[in-house]
Amino acid sequence: MKIEILGTGCPKCSRLFENAKQAVLESNLEAEVLKVQDINEITNFGVMIIPALAVNGEVKSTGKLLSSDEIKKLLT
Amino acid sequence: MNWKNEWKPFFLIAGIFLVFFYLPTGTVRLENALLEAVYLASWYAREHVIICLIPAFFIAGAISVFISQASVIKYLGPKTKRLIAYSVAAVSGSVLAVCSCTVLPLFSGIYKMGAGLGPATAFLYAGPAVNVLAIILTARVLGLELGIARAVGALSFSIIIGGIMHFIFRKEESEKAAAKMPAPAPHSKRTLGQNALYFFSMVLILIFANWGKPAETDGFWNLVYTSKWTITSAAAVLLGIILIAWFNIKWWKIFLVGTGTALSVLLFPDNPLFTFCTGTTGLIIIAATSKNETAEWLESSWGFAKQITPLLFYGVLAAGLCLGRPGHEGLIPSAWIQSLVGGNSISSNLFASVVGAFMYFATLTEVPILQGLMGNGMGKGPALALLLSGPALSLPNMLVIRSVLGTKKTFVFVLLVITMAAISGIIYGNFF
Repeated sequence: MKIEILGTGCPKCSRLFENAKQAVLESNLEAEVLKVQDINEITNFGVMIIPALAVNGEVKSTGKLLSSDEIKKLLT
Repeated sequence: MNWKNEWKPFFLIAGIFLVFFYLPTGTVRLENALLEAVYLASWYAREHVIICLIPAFFIAGAISVFISQASVIKYLGPKTKRLIAYSVAAVSGSVLAVCSCTVLPLFSGIYKMGAGLGPATAFLYAGPAVNVLAIILTARVLGLELGIARAVGALSFSIIIGGIMHFIFRKEESEKAAAKMPAPAPHSKRTLGQNALYFFSMVLILIFANWGKPAETDGFWNLVYTSKWTITSAAAVLLGIILIAWFNIKWWKIFLVGTGTALSVLLFPDNPLFTFCTGTTGLIIIAATSKNETAEWLESSWGFAKQITPLLFYGVLAAGLCLGRPGHEGLIPSAWIQSLVGGNSISSNLFASVVGAFMYFATLTEVPILQGLMGNGMGKGPALALLLSGPALSLPNMLVIRSVLGTKKTFVFVLLVITMAAISGIIYGNFF
């Protein structure tokens, strides 16, 4: 499973990244968490409001700082 | 040693060491400047935090939670009529761009997926300048007329710049295929009118709590001034009723906070700030103990406060250190500032707008810096020029814009912003 955190490096984006790593750790999933920081790549996802979270290339949430519990629900 | 990772902390430590090594201790100017920094920070803490910044954070938080961003973006799609797209792009910055880091993805999205180059550059220019926090603090610290000039200037020039950009590059524009826009978002539980009334009650609190003492001692404005706390309380009661009626807050919670706030008036009748704090604390407790969107409102307001307050604090300290309070000198002599940006000449307006375009201002820090500059003799025209070119552009910002637009379009955009800012500064400086 591939989890991508889309964000240009704002504080909310790095917190979402941490939360996603936490969620993967707690739910014992085989998943890698990546940052996507290039603005053109973010736009190619169709995302205009950051931070956003994509699972396997599909955008699941935009413009929200999800907690690790909320991310766990998205993953399962 | 791994220099790739270590050079940053090394230069940071070495830099701080060199500053203190060569610090001209014992000189009057340095000691005055240090005192000025402390005085300025204390003045901000007393005058601007409780009744201005705190309600402004609550409003900004409410905007980001209760106004669906997607519902605004849908007016910036590829099929929207041109006039609507431009006006929405110019105005929506007040709602969408409360944090400067959200401007660029929106800009890139509007350009590539939505209404195209014109509205995208209009948004890019207006966004950082018309966001609620910036306008509120500008009007409060630098004066109402500069606050209004900033908003009006940013709105009108954004449309002009967007239009010119579209006109210059109209050939390339028509070739661009329209990609899909993100799906519009879910509906709100309240009607537009209900949401509007909710924002209206908070804006009333903000405006009347900050109502300044008028020059004359009688007449209408003085009547407003003497009854400002009565009007503020009425707006607070309205907010309470709205929270009970439309936000599912238990009535007894609001009633308890209301009673507590009223009691604080009886205990300390001459201390409106204390009453204001009691009411705000009550609101925070209500929001924290509820589980729905009201809790989200508090969380988002706190997010803004946590992100912006430290930056503003450093900005105020730096402005105090370098420039001093109005009427006092900091490290930089007033004569330098007067010779560069004093008066309203073409060169000082141009200088202000070029410096503003390349320099990076963290959210809101342009306000204390400009206050210091104006206190040292910067003209009102150059001040507006800096306000109009500053927050919209910075060197790091330009590099990101270049990766989206390409070198040629970015160059034209920067050039347009600098000229427009300088021209509006000259016009404004002539009138005020």
